[in-house]
Amino acid sequence: MHIDIDKDVCIGAGQCALAAPGVFTQDDDGYSTLVPGHENGTGDPMVREAARACPVSAITVRDSTG
Amino acid sequence: MTELTDATGPAEPVAFPQDRTCPYHPPTGYDPLRDGRALSRVTLYDGREAWLVTAYAAARALLADPRLSSDRRLPGFPSPTPRFEAARYRKVALLGEDDPEHQRQRRMMIPAFTVKRATALRPTIQRTVDGLLDAMIAQGPPAELVSAFALPVPSMVICGLLGVPYADHEFFEEQSRRLLRGPTADDTEAARERLEDYLGGLVDAKAKEPEPGDGILDEIVHQRLRTGELERSDAVSLAVILLVAGHETTANMISLGTYTLLRHPGRLAELRADPGLLPATVEELLRMLSIAEGLQRVAVEDIEIAGTTIRAGEGVLFATSVINRDTAQYDDPDALDLHRPALHHLAFGFGIHQCLGQNLARAELEIALGSLVTRLPGLRLAAPADAIPFKPGDTIQGMLELPVTW
Repeated sequence: MHIDIDKDVCIGAGQCALAAPGVFTQDDDGYSTLVPGHENGTGDPMVREAARACPVSAITVRDSTG
Repeated sequence: MTELTDATGPAEPVAFPQDRTCPYHPPTGYDPLRDGRALSRVTLYDGREAWLVTAYAAARALLADPRLSSDRRLPGFPSPTPRFEAARYRKVALLGEDDPEHQRQRRMMIPAFTVKRATALRPTIQRTVDGLLDAMIAQGPPAELVSAFALPVPSMVICGLLGVPYADHEFFEEQSRRLLRGPTADDTEAARERLEDYLGGLVDAKAKEPEPGDGILDEIVHQRLRTGELERSDAVSLAVILLVAGHETTANMISLGTYTLLRHPGRLAELRADPGLLPATVEELLRMLSIAEGLQRVAVEDIEIAGTTIRAGEGVLFATSVINRDTAQYDDPDALDLHRPALHHLAFGFGIHQCLGQNLARAELEIALGSLVTRLPGLRLAAPADAIPFKPGDTIQGMLELPVTW
């Protein structure tokens, strides 16, 4: 699984960190970032929920094989 | 929902906004619009027409669409009330701005409103809630929950967070009330000026301090105003929005959330038996109550949506309460269900303007509602449920008062 976060678009709503706290967090500026060690999403089923919850579509999730 | 409406909708556009009949359900006057359609024509107070979006998928798409503007000064912007119209040509920070100016302002604010910051505030919020409940229990029963609890919780929390003296709360709560639902447009404008004078004075006083205090307004003044990044008028406008939005909305959710739980004793018993349901309960109440009704935009280009064309210059409103009960998104949407995945509701809006304070609001609601129902196992209404007054449809929804006993 490959996760892209577009920080130019992120508005710091924190929906991703709320939906999948094991994978997403917010940096000191409030932007979405991946929890260290969990950059590949660790297969967390909530990763796609987090992408869908983002109000500005800043998160893209792709299967590594695709 | 209703099977009486044909595909072309009601012959006459319905009026918007309308009052709720039950404080936790959408106005029954919108029932003709709850048949799966994406949007309909509605009539505003001044006879003008606008689009009202009522379907979930269309609302998500449109709220994220940059072809819809939040600049209320543009022609065709749909003013839902005379008091909104009277203030249309004033600059409004954040919610009245489009990108890139909106993004510039939002980025200044987001570090203060992250999930982490909200989590770090939880002990402070808990102390505030405990103190207010101690006082209420010492004096009662009964109690009037809006003034004893629902309003002071978020008011104290936002004062601490912003660096506004809570000693002034009676003044700013009263002006906020008039700003959001004053009897006349003049009254609303006078309230706005008093709030701007008050917060402008506070901003100036903070600018004279050699070292910043630890409130968000101190940060704005020392890091953004003194550096020339923000003009004084923008700093004051931001302060007004943060203070008003920071206490009124959450206060309404606490009062209406409590009323709704008390009207669903089975669900309340379920919550008391399993406090782990608290976060889901808060999301479900946010979805079901949708207190910020009627978000407004104006189209700056033609937009094709769900087989309809919104023309450039036409106003677009969002009926949050109906959108959050779209049967295409939620099963049995009129039921309070503490087990449903309610997370994707649009109660905080969607797109670039989605509520800045939502993580703080969630923390406050979990602690306030959780502590209230735990500390007072016998909590009940102290008046007939249908005799308790709630707010009219042209403002943020909530209870005007909430007499309770225990």
